[in-house]
Amino acid sequence: MYKILKKRELNSAVTLMDIEAPMVARKAKAGQFIILRVDADGERIPLTVSGANPETGAVRIIYQVVGATTYLLNQKEEGEYIQDFVGPLGRPTEMEGLKRVAVVGGGVGCAIALYVAQQLHEKGCEVHTVIGFRNKDIVILEDEFRACSDKLLLMTDDGSYGKPGMVTVGLQELIDEGNQYDEVITIGPMIMMKFVCLLTKKYNIKTIVSMNPVMIDGTGMCGGCRLTVGGETKFACVDGPDFDGHQVDFDEAMSRSVMYKPFEMHAYEETCNLFKKEAQ
Amino acid sequence: MAKANMSLEKNKMPEQEPNVRNKNFQEVALGYTAEQAIDEAKRCLNCKNRPCVGGCPVNVKIPDFIAKVAEGDFEGGYQVIAQDSSLPAVCGRVCPQETQCEHYCVRGKKGEPVAIGRLERFVADYHREHCAEKPAKPVSNGHKVAVVGAGPAGLTCAGDLARLGYDVTVYEALHLAGGVLVYGIPEFRLPKAIVQQEVDNLIAMGVKVETNMVIGRVLSVDELMEDEGFEAVFLGTGAGLPRFMNIPGENLKGVYSANEFLTRTNLMKAYKDDPTTPIMHAKNVAVVGGGNVAMDAARCAKRLGAENVYIVYRRSEEELPARREEVIHAKEEGIIFKLLNNPVEVLPTETEDRNLKGFVAGLKCIQMELGEPDESGRRRPIPKEGSEFVLDVDCVVIAIGTSPNPLIRNTTEGLETNRHGCIVTNGEDGLTSRTGVYAGGDAVTGAATVILAMGAGKSAAAAIDQYIKEK
Repeated sequence: MYKILKKRELNSAVTLMDIEAPMVARKAKAGQFIILRVDADGERIPLTVSGANPETGAVRIIYQVVGATTYLLNQKEEGEYIQDFVGPLGRPTEMEGLKRVAVVGGGVGCAIALYVAQQLHEKGCEVHTVIGFRNKDIVILEDEFRACSDKLLLMTDDGSYGKPGMVTVGLQELIDEGNQYDEVITIGPMIMMKFVCLLTKKYNIKTIVSMNPVMIDGTGMCGGCRLTVGGETKFACVDGPDFDGHQVDFDEAMSRSVMYKPFEMHAYEETCNLFKKEAQ
Repeated sequence: MAKANMSLEKNKMPEQEPNVRNKNFQEVALGYTAEQAIDEAKRCLNCKNRPCVGGCPVNVKIPDFIAKVAEGDFEGGYQVIAQDSSLPAVCGRVCPQETQCEHYCVRGKKGEPVAIGRLERFVADYHREHCAEKPAKPVSNGHKVAVVGAGPAGLTCAGDLARLGYDVTVYEALHLAGGVLVYGIPEFRLPKAIVQQEVDNLIAMGVKVETNMVIGRVLSVDELMEDEGFEAVFLGTGAGLPRFMNIPGENLKGVYSANEFLTRTNLMKAYKDDPTTPIMHAKNVAVVGGGNVAMDAARCAKRLGAENVYIVYRRSEEELPARREEVIHAKEEGIIFKLLNNPVEVLPTETEDRNLKGFVAGLKCIQMELGEPDESGRRRPIPKEGSEFVLDVDCVVIAIGTSPNPLIRNTTEGLETNRHGCIVTNGEDGLTSRTGVYAGGDAVTGAATVILAMGAGKSAAAAIDQYIKEK
């Protein structure tokens, strides 16, 4: 069992948790992920780590309630326990030798992008950040991003905060200003990463994406997380989750990601109803 | 001694009716009654040269245990097996006895061999149901050994070392110990409660089982030895990496590796009424491959409600690598064998509807014929030109084999592996190219059987004991 050391709501749908997992905390690096189960008989879900503190033994996860399992996780409070927490899995984000990087995050993906931006900043890399949200109400981690970014563009789709437009508008602006990047690292919804890649391809800027497909074991055993990269089948869990975005077949990955959507919607509704009934 | 039973046939195994069992996940074979067991045991001639013992990878003293059964001393029979095998209830169910012990049985020369496997299962089940006593914790010798992987090889190695007094920690990547016994082999062939009891027995003997520990990530083999104080490490990491065919359409929704299909079904219990882990409930399923894993996947698919389940295999019935018993069970349950056929493409659904797009609409196959024998000694399958046809399926399960996971070899310097990614050992006792590091099971041999993995775990335990004593 793994103790929840801290729980903080970042917005109405996104929550931060620090989980006590000292062995994982000692090793976890930006870009890697963990798999958790909330309770016995629960589903295994992967979440990319948003931080790790070897001294306190805490591993930070930030999640959005999108289905039954994240809903159940969100019912847990500080001091309570979750059943399983395994990691770190996957390869860390490669940062060696990077001098100037644009980090582009979208929605809850910003939680992972922040960890990458922080680590790059600590290594002395110049970090330009573009973060995007649908609207003002769901903006998260703004101060944290400011603290580790040499430049920050905050975008909202509806223009209710920061600059109006998608993250690609912000990234285009940075490129137009004449900024040269060793790499763009983008983390967010797949459709967003796809369009960031289409943009950077035009300028021939190497772009790393963080994939988060459906998976079970996270160790290479099931192959459920497979995706096509440069015409070859790769497993996100062991070969990634970071990949060269210009090589990723996003349409296939997006199609695979919604394979269980009807099941997930149903399970989510059932779980919500169950909790509402109990509350009454 | 009582008069031998000279019947040419084995006592039949009571089973669930095929058309009942193919709709549930309860065990297919129900086990002998005491009367059947005694009657079957009396078929054993207790011959002097005991060829059956040599046919067993762990050399269970087969005639001795059978003699106890014939006397009605079932617990005594169990104790004989327990001297050599750590998991009799498992082996009695999943060992390929027809190519091992029973293959050498003298009674098999004329008629059927003695049903050694069924008798092994009988005494193991008798013991489980009648002897609640947990094994005692042996006196510690103060030496620490780490076992990586809680599958058949690792559990056997851990059990043997614990009996010798070693302080053993088993590290398992998944949330549950058992390896292929829990994620791969379905409940209807091997009830998970049996595996759990074997694991509980090890824990009672003082073995520590650490789940959720991916060695190679959370701790390396070097860290186990240098920082955690283990004097030796046994690698029983299995062959968990699924192979695909590299044909078009293989990444469509509805194409599974057998590992994924079975893990969702068995480990994650997707077959239950209100599962937390989803699985596709397809109408027509093609399982590609002809081994035991393919049979398991096909029989699971049927039980999940598929109307038509096909085994697509490129050679003929004679070459099917699966156990005969599994093939017969599958056929009885209505699995359709499409032999001498090879898949060439998975066809996608043709629609612009976002919710239906990208799923499997069919499996295009080509007919095969058998030519000259290849390097495996089996006749090589050759495609018949122009014989392509489409099998109407909405789900495809690929069960063409697995390879060892690269994680350990990529994170352990100086650990020699071969071109298949299997860990190289000195053969007899599982010593790898690294001092104090031993390996066995599928991680060394590539995908093989539970009993061979257990045999390897056993020899490695003896070798580790000797190594530490001589250090």
